[in-house]
Amino acid sequence: MAWQAICAVDDILVGTGMAALVGGHQLAVFRLHDDRVFAIGNLDPFSDAPVLSRGIVGDLGGDLVVASPIYKQHFRLMDGSCVEDETVNVGAWPADIQDGRIRVRYGAG
Amino acid sequence: MTSKQTLLVAGNGMVGQHFLEAAAEAGLTDRYDITVIGEEPRHAYDRVRLSEYFSGTSAEGLSMASADWFTEQGIATRLGVRVDSIDRDGRKVTLSDGERLDYDRLVLATGSYPFVPPIEGIDRPECFVYRTIEDLDAIIAAGGAARCGAVLGGGLLGLEAANALKNLGLEAHVVQFAPTLMEVQLDRDGGRMLESKIGELGVKVRTESNTRAIVDGEEHRLRLQFADGGHLETDLLVVSTGIRPRDELCETSGLERGERGGFSVDDQCRTSDPAIFAIGECAAWNGRVFGLVAPGYQMARVAVSALADEAARFEGADMSTKLKLLGVDVASIGDSLGRTAGAQSYSFTDGPAGIYRRIVVNDRGDRLLGAVLVGDTTPYGDWLQYCINDMPLPDQPEALLLPGVEGDAGGLSPGALPDTAQVCSCHNVTKGGICEAVAGGATTLGDLKSCTKASTGCGGCTQLVTQVLNAELESLGVAVDRSICEHFPYTRQELFHLVRVEEHMSFDSLLQAHGKGLGCDICKPAVGSILASCWNGYVLGDDTTPLQDTNDAFLANMQKNGTYSVVPRIPGGEITPEKLIVLGQVAKKYDLYTKITGGQRIDLFGATVEQLPEIWRELIDAGFETGHAYGKSVRTVKSCVGSTWCRYGLLDSVGMALRLENRYKGLRSPHKLKFAVSGCTRECAEAQSKDVGVIATENGWNLYVCGNGGMRPRHADLIATDLDDDALIQAVDRFLMFYVRTADRLQRTSVWLENLEGGLDYLREVIFEDSLGIAAQLEDDMKRVVDTYECEWKRTVEDPERLKRFRSFVNSGDGDPSLRFVRERGQRRPANPDEQAVQSIPLVEVS
Ligand code: SRM
Ligand SMILES: Cc1cc2nc3c(=O)[nH]c(=O)nc-3n(C[C@H](O)[C@H](O)[C@H](O)COP(=O)(O)OP(=O)(O)OC[C@H]3O[C@@H](n4cnc5c(N)ncnc54)[C@H](O)[C@@H]3O)c2cc1C
Ligand code: SF4
Ligand code: FES
Repeated sequence: MAWQAICAVDDILVGTGMAALVGGHQLAVFRLHDDRVFAIGNLDPFSDAPVLSRGIVGDLGGDLVVASPIYKQHFRLMDGSCVEDETVNVGAWPADIQDGRIRVRYGAG
Repeated sequence: MTSKQTLLVAGNGMVGQHFLEAAAEAGLTDRYDITVIGEEPRHAYDRVRLSEYFSGTSAEGLSMASADWFTEQGIATRLGVRVDSIDRDGRKVTLSDGERLDYDRLVLATGSYPFVPPIEGIDRPECFVYRTIEDLDAIIAAGGAARCGAVLGGGLLGLEAANALKNLGLEAHVVQFAPTLMEVQLDRDGGRMLESKIGELGVKVRTESNTRAIVDGEEHRLRLQFADGGHLETDLLVVSTGIRPRDELCETSGLERGERGGFSVDDQCRTSDPAIFAIGECAAWNGRVFGLVAPGYQMARVAVSALADEAARFEGADMSTKLKLLGVDVASIGDSLGRTAGAQSYSFTDGPAGIYRRIVVNDRGDRLLGAVLVGDTTPYGDWLQYCINDMPLPDQPEALLLPGVEGDAGGLSPGALPDTAQVCSCHNVTKGGICEAVAGGATTLGDLKSCTKASTGCGGCTQLVTQVLNAELESLGVAVDRSICEHFPYTRQELFHLVRVEEHMSFDSLLQAHGKGLGCDICKPAVGSILASCWNGYVLGDDTTPLQDTNDAFLANMQKNGTYSVVPRIPGGEITPEKLIVLGQVAKKYDLYTKITGGQRIDLFGATVEQLPEIWRELIDAGFETGHAYGKSVRTVKSCVGSTWCRYGLLDSVGMALRLENRYKGLRSPHKLKFAVSGCTRECAEAQSKDVGVIATENGWNLYVCGNGGMRPRHADLIATDLDDDALIQAVDRFLMFYVRTADRLQRTSVWLENLEGGLDYLREVIFEDSLGIAAQLEDDMKRVVDTYECEWKRTVEDPERLKRFRSFVNSGDGDPSLRFVRERGQRRPANPDEQAVQSIPLVEVS
């Protein structure tokens, strides 16, 4: 588990996400209005398509979430859990901003 | 289960069908083996809406029950055969194919037949009646070669037939024996007003004309010779001179007949043989036959109760009617002709506006006995309630007559109605019934429709039902929470007003002023769409991009594997060979799956997000624009080839489709919008299934609105006739902007209209009479959208900042390595899960 620089902060538009390829895996990296950043798995388990980075970001009942663009389930940015189905989790990894770059601490396990 | 008795039903028309449904609901299917015998070749259909068959509703569209329904209910059917005779002693019927069936109980629901007067020549092949789908097929077949059609009979059905002829594109005439039209329902002044309004619409009416003979014509196929020496020529004739009950089974069975025909029935709808019932138009109760569907339905329910050993009585029925004939509103209530002893009447005529009203009151002037309305039927609901509930009138009953002042003159509030007041006569729903449904949780007209069926018949009661509903909700103190989501305590409509009035230019500004939290996937796209409708800004700006659904955010539709489709605009479906070739070349270069869509354009599937700008650059260079297939916006304007090529085309439908599509492309709205333009009434562009449908006539364009295909199909409503090009555009401008302003999020125009209080009439007033005084504003709003149109893809491919988002990965220039495709029928498609591992072709790399 090591921190890896992904991209410049400005590579991601405020309030949106982008996918990142990290160690052969796809992460969805989001940048919020207050420059907090989050990384969760990009694969939408309900459609098996790697698309969560392209969902709409917002909050539901106080939790930060992204809505899958395919069938609209919500995933919490904090821990990758699914709001509609608590048995589903896409994974979440620590992310932050350092020296104007977004970093993710990613590793299996 | 051998103890079941046998119940036969003769006739599968509207009333026979209603009987079967009520019987199934009451559990009679457990006590009886039911068989229905119908002479027509199909299951029951909605005869009341028969004329819609001319405007494109199919036989299936009119159908009241599917074959599956009968199977599910265990009801046997014999279609295309008639009950020919009844052997009452042996309790058997003989069918026209010779089969004999036993019965324990028999229900006659044989309806009526069109009466054809014995006039010389009336049996010629160019003469038709108007009762069944087969009759209409015959008229349509003859209509193709005809230029001109006449209807014999100026009653309700005759006028409806005249309208149908007009819609077939024929010059229409009505020949009436009586001095005025609709002499059964309307008094003379009312009839005259109707005649002059219909005349304005181009239907030629001839009253007091006694047709003596029908002979060969000189200019047209037929000539009607009148007793006064005059004549009229026509290519076809529809005879609509009244109906007669189909009671011919009296002859073999000896069942009693009413004085004016029909199987004589008692209050339980039993004929003179207690094992045999008669219901609907074939039944005579107290010597009277009822030629409307609502009394027939009541009889059907009474007969079901009697068969279930429950007490119920038929007590006569209200024959009030409200309808639109050739676009003119007409209504008659109760004793409209003032036949009651001591009755007095008041009337009011507004010549310029074409409005006529008459009320008939009792001798003391405190009860309404009947009424006539022509030109405007707004007071119908209130007046009907006064009449059928025997409610006291205001002190000066004549005050009811003045349009616009009913409110001041003590107009009816729903609170004044007794609980027993029947609000919907088609389905026998009372005010009490509605209140019960509301107590049970119904909060919208839609809810009420599904749980009480109120307002799902003739629709005449919709306004009243809505009023009762709202009053009841209010009195229960129910504040219906219509907030769009947890972030805004407002409806879409309210948000729209806030954005406009307070001139919010961004989501954040609106959220700060009126919302809480960060927003979500409900309110963000809704507000994004509102901002676009109001200010028509660029949808992929820095602050608008995060609001968009992924389809809008990438200006393309996401497919199930995360790739996108590309749909260039092909206005009106018209495309040059050069452009067609470019589409083929692009598709080939990027290996895109290619399909002709249901909207007359071409969809290219399977582009990855980084390919999109590249593909669009090539398309834009070839003159294409975005098709907004991804947006809640104008999709396609379908067109037929029209007068340019088609031998029947009346106007240039392609040209009009292009004009419409180019005008409204880019308009963001609560849901997608679809249009179509047909060059004549044959309707090859299927305009009547669209949000906006336009059909050419001899005199201009007919405008239809609020149609829908999709999951809940709805036929569009005719809102205006014979518009010229500019009047059409003006009307559509107003219509669309009014919808954009007032609809809920993701509410198509069809559902919007169904929830719009006042319905089509109200909409027509807003658009054509500017009843809200906002028409100029609506046009201005539309003008701003039209003037600021730009192709979003063009702007996007020219803006490197924007293109940064069109990458599969923020940290790599590569495409998505996980995508798997296979080939099928020569094209590439996403691999199924079980194909993923086995066959795969690498993603095509594009330089
Ligand atoms: C491509 C096409 C099917 C085809 O291969 O022919 C299509 C494809 C889709 N339709 Fe459709 N519809 C297509 C014509 C239609 C039609 C026919 C028509 O327009 O004449 C209808 C019925 C008419 C109508 O809308 O009233 C139609 C009724 C729907 C509906 C149901 C709407 C409703 O009111 O019930 C949806 C769902 C929705 O919009 O919420 C839908 C949604 C969709 C979506 C957007 C589903 C989705 O979210 O992925 C599909 C996306 C296709 C894509 O990626 O490009 N599509 N869809 C047609 C594109 C037409 C075009 O050129 O733009
Ligand atoms: C164009 C048109 C417009 C109308 N508009 C309105 C309106 O706006 N409002 C309104 O209230 N009413 C309207 N009506 C009248 C309405 O359609 C009738 O009141 C209603 O259909 C009566 O139902 P029914 O079942 O009694 O008869 P029908 O619907 O006529 O059904 C009788 C069925 O029995 C079959 N049949 C007859 N004899 C036999 C036999 N011996 N064996 C087997 N089958 C037999 C017939 O073929 C027919 O299918 C309209 C009618 C027409 C034609
Ligand atoms: S009908 Fe369904 S599956 Fe077919 S294109 Fe339309 S939305 Fe997609
Ligand atoms: S009165 Fe006909 S639908 Fe209610």
